[in-house]
Amino acid sequence: MKEEPLLSNLFRTEYRKLTAVLARLFGFEHIQIAEDIVSDTFLLASETWGQNKLPENPTAWLYTVAKNKAKDHLKHNAIFTQKIVVNLKAENPTAEEIEIDLSEKNINDSQLQMMFAICQPIIPAEAQIGLALRILCGFNIAEIADAFLTNKETINKRLFRAKEKLRGNNVQIEFPGVNEINQRLETVLLTLYLLFNEGYYSISGNTNLRKDLCLEAMRLTYLLIENKPTNLPPVNALFSLMCFHASRFEARIDKNGEMIIYDEQDSSLWNEELISRGKNYLIRAAHGDLLTRYHLEAAIAYWHTIKADTAEKWENVLQLYNKLLILEYSPMAALNRTYALAKADGKEKAIIEAEKLTQLADSHIYHSLLGWLYTAIDNEKASAHLQTALKLAKSKGEKNRIVKNIKALNLDS
Amino acid sequence: MNDFLLIFRREASFDTQLTPEQLQEISKPWQDWMGGLAAQNKLVNQGNRLNSDGKVVKPNNVVTNGAYVEVKELIGGYTIIKATSLDEAAEIAKGCPILAVGGSVEVRQIISM
Repeated sequence: MKEEPLLSNLFRTEYRKLTAVLARLFGFEHIQIAEDIVSDTFLLASETWGQNKLPENPTAWLYTVAKNKAKDHLKHNAIFTQKIVVNLKAENPTAEEIEIDLSEKNINDSQLQMMFAICQPIIPAEAQIGLALRILCGFNIAEIADAFLTNKETINKRLFRAKEKLRGNNVQIEFPGVNEINQRLETVLLTLYLLFNEGYYSISGNTNLRKDLCLEAMRLTYLLIENKPTNLPPVNALFSLMCFHASRFEARIDKNGEMIIYDEQDSSLWNEELISRGKNYLIRAAHGDLLTRYHLEAAIAYWHTIKADTAEKWENVLQLYNKLLILEYSPMAALNRTYALAKADGKEKAIIEAEKLTQLADSHIYHSLLGWLYTAIDNEKASAHLQTALKLAKSKGEKNRIVKNIKALNLDS
Repeated sequence: MNDFLLIFRREASFDTQLTPEQLQEISKPWQDWMGGLAAQNKLVNQGNRLNSDGKVVKPNNVVTNGAYVEVKELIGGYTIIKATSLDEAAEIAKGCPILAVGGSVEVRQIISM
């Protein structure tokens, strides 16, 4: 099937809306039927739009066809007569007059509720991200496989198992109660954070796809901000973090898709509008007494929007990393904290601390950091660490960067 | 790995009014030390500071003011870390900023109930 650009654009924006609304109507246990109806709708569009003339309003055409298919299904399928229509009758006079509400409000509500339904700790994080990409973002299986650097079969299996598990646990597509909203939101935010990072840090060669993942994560986070009960400080902090990171999109990847490290980025390519939005949402996040990792990471990202190497900047970054690590250990934060320590208090002090991080001895980034720390202090040690880093590094871009550093070191000594 | 409680003791006459700058000067070595422990994934619980006001309750309804009547050094706070041995825990305690102001650290292994 050769996809028209119009249709694939509509697929990206409308598939998720129709799926969320229909799945909410049918219940999570019948999500596959909702997905099938929407897929059939797009299939029919691709068959008929090519032969005949395009409909005057393609989106309305899709909505009408999907509605009719859903109604047909409700009328003719035994499961629905038994299970669903019983419930629907309470709200609707007859099964024939079922209202399928495709208003903007109901679409947004359905997507938000679907977000809570998918983001459950009972399924692995990567399955949550996969489901979010499929159901909430309308990505096709090939794109999801590309994002996770795996094949379609693996993704299909992963999504199938995750849906089975959610069905088995009788997951409902609904808003959590006021009392559990903070706890449930924690899982949702973590999934959105990981979805963003998947795009931002993934080594997949497809630059456009990576950017799309980040933008989708931002869109979904923004849905939570627009919805009053979920417009809470940690959500604003996460959105602020995403804005700051996204502001460097154009500066951090070169035309070959290779990463450009922060120090070598052309800061004139940083997006001022996103930086200012980031600041705005960081201020909105500064309420209440809950300090999350998103607050701290957003504050760190804020300092990185200031290119100048001031003592104030690095002391602030160091203290934020201290707080972040005290809140929750992560290898990346431990490495970045040591870099900030060198910038704030000097390399000698940072070397002592870096040598204590023995748990990271099998990380190429750890040895690259030690290589940088020892440079101009003990070049022999610096060289040994860079050689170790080269052995441990996996991607071509990383290896190239390390080789460049080794060459620079040899020129100096 | 076992958990160890670090108990920080110092002279009682510490709580004078401090300016924000002085406070920051005092807090930096603590934050850097704790951050360093957390970076090694050896911080279990950053613990808390203790107010210098206190009472000691003894048998027969005897209550005295201050926790430091008999002990020259006041417990100022505590932290829980993890280490492979008491020796390693004591080695970690050597970096504690309380030592720079004449205080001491007591290191005790925690035995879970």
